[in-house]
Amino acid sequence: MRLNVNYEIALTHILTRKKQTLVASMGVTIGIALYIFSNSIVSGFGVYSKNNMFKSAPHIRVYNKDKISQPLFKSTNSIVVIQNQKITTLSNNIVNPFRLLEDIKSETYIRYAAPQVNVDMFYINGKSQLKGVGNGVKILEADAMFNIQSTMLAGNLQTLTSDLNAIVIGSGVAEKLNVGIGDNITLSSAQGVRKIMRITGIFSTSNKAVDESKSYIHISTAQQLVLQSSDYVTDIYASISKPDEAEIYATKLQEITNYDVEDWKTANADQLAQDNMLGTMTPLISFSIMLVAAFGIYNILNMTITQKMNDIAILKANGFKGKDIIKIFVSEAFIMGFIGTLLGLTFGFILVSIMQTVYIGPPIGYFPIFHDPKVYATGAVFGLFVSLGAGYFPARNASKIDPVEIFRK
Amino acid sequence: MNRDIILQTKGLGKYFLQPQKFKVLDDISFEVAKGEFLTIVGKSGCGKSTMLYCLSTMDTDYEGELYIGNEKATGKSTDKLATLRNESIGFVFQFHYLLPEFTCLKNVMIPALKLAKYSYQEVEERAYQKLEMLGLQDQALKEASKLSGGQQQRVSIARALINDPAIIMGDEPTGNLDSKNTQIVFEIFKQLSQDFGQSIIAVTHDNDFAKASDRTIEMADGKIINHDKIFE
Ligand SMILES: Nc1ncnc2c1ncn2[C@@H]1O[C@H](COP(=O)(O)OP(=O)(O)OP(=O)(O)O)[C@@H](O)[C@H]1O
Ligand SMILES: [Mg+2]
Repeated sequence: MRLNVNYEIALTHILTRKKQTLVASMGVTIGIALYIFSNSIVSGFGVYSKNNMFKSAPHIRVYNKDKISQPLFKSTNSIVVIQNQKITTLSNNIVNPFRLLEDIKSETYIRYAAPQVNVDMFYINGKSQLKGVGNGVKILEADAMFNIQSTMLAGNLQTLTSDLNAIVIGSGVAEKLNVGIGDNITLSSAQGVRKIMRITGIFSTSNKAVDESKSYIHISTAQQLVLQSSDYVTDIYASISKPDEAEIYATKLQEITNYDVEDWKTANADQLAQDNMLGTMTPLISFSIMLVAAFGIYNILNMTITQKMNDIAILKANGFKGKDIIKIFVSEAFIMGFIGTLLGLTFGFILVSIMQTVYIGPPIGYFPIFHDPKVYATGAVFGLFVSLGAGYFPARNASKIDPVEIFRK
Repeated sequence: MNRDIILQTKGLGKYFLQPQKFKVLDDISFEVAKGEFLTIVGKSGCGKSTMLYCLSTMDTDYEGELYIGNEKATGKSTDKLATLRNESIGFVFQFHYLLPEFTCLKNVMIPALKLAKYSYQEVEERAYQKLEMLGLQDQALKEASKLSGGQQQRVSIARALINDPAIIMGDEPTGNLDSKNTQIVFEIFKQLSQDFGQSIIAVTHDNDFAKASDRTIEMADGKIINHDKIFE
């Protein structure tokens, strides 16, 4: 198959002015490379930030929210006023938690579900005290869900599987109380129970507030701290395979229980709002970058057309229509855009790959950036589309050239 | 005798508005028969080129009517006129106009590739034939911009012939040629009109060239002053 004449002419124009083609392509190359780079940073950061949230927040949390006093009778024709309302929940545990746990686990979209007993308490070392929350967990299940192991700075998480006197504390707690691995620490609950624990591990999330208050203990220890039996559970944490659709599954889960179901998006609304702001900035930045790239193509093509007025007139004299002329020059823009996009994708890939090897240090580790196929795909479409657009307007002007006017000169 | 008419104008008129309004073509009415070799003469600036652009359908800004074949060209859309030019009109410009980055061969081939009546190979073969006819077979693969003025003009004549158009128009098609090549072009035109029934409309300043054609129209100040000039 031979190329159509229009494309053959376009190709000849391109090949006989390689330098201009390259200059125009470079604009797109830089645009696309920056587009890929900045968007990879944003999506890398988004994933990092989400993973970070998931280190402490479950995808879905089922718990017993404090309820405020309600009138015993609902009256339709009078207003009931309760003065000095109080929280009526006697205790905020889940009744018959293991039955509910089984129910939750039997839902197909649930990957893991685990009970947890959260205890408000003080960490005491000698004279120094620190308020915090002890997370009574079955450590294997909790680790599967939150990947606690990845946040460990020192010590061993596995001790919590059997040792009821072991505790793994946040790095901030360790710092404030000036304790380390192997040291003893006293826990004191609101119920007046005191327990002496041995520190077997220290973790660090990148969240200071969490690190300065949180600790992991065995679920039975937590139950003892609040003077409760082994069926006392405050929270059931569940993880799902599609965390981005957590709110949908939370609503589903709400159908099988009367307890409160909260998805991570609701729990982390503030953080997500910040991430979103970043997410809305990048398209704007990308758009401006691409505008500059488009302008490059537009300019070069306009220049080419000015120099090629004669050729356009000859082609028209020989029977080429306006739309043939448009095809010729839009094809040229497309070729420039195609080369530019291809190079841009390559450079973007290289940039991202280099950034991936940059080590920032704990708790972040390597620079949070990754090759997101979606970013490359939108980059490619974007580059080609913008090139076609930038080519169309000069090409349309070219198609309107009146050959007679050129020949008379 | 009822001749086949290939081109006809009725009361063709045209104005230029700048620098001031003046009538450059005034009531031009004539016919060209199929297979006729017609020449047009007249003083410089009398409107020959302007008229030829109207006849070529490239200039549509005129009054009166133009018929090509049996069809009225006046009032047709620019796209339809482009197709009409591609199929039926070959044009040789006063100043040879080739596409500079393309080889001579490609330049000749382009209107035929556009017409897409023949395969690429056939078009290439035909283009070679036309170039050979004009003594340019050695230049076929040279870039058009690297040819002499006369060579370029001959390439553009070859291009005008490639689609076997019913009408070949030339604005001083031999203006840049030596007497030998002028003679060659004349013979080609003569042969095309006699043997293949193609009509030639050529503007010329060369009296010998005009004298040897079938008929000569003489113009002055935008008017036809003689439909069949007799040379003595
Ligand atoms: N674009 C234009 N605007 C105004 N006047 C024009 C324009 N083009 C040509 N003219 C004028 O129209 C007249 C006819 O010009 P034209 O080019 O048709 O002459 P011609 O007979 O072909 O001359 P030549 O033999 O020198 O080629 C001339 O007086 C010229 O100055
Ligand atoms: Mg002229």
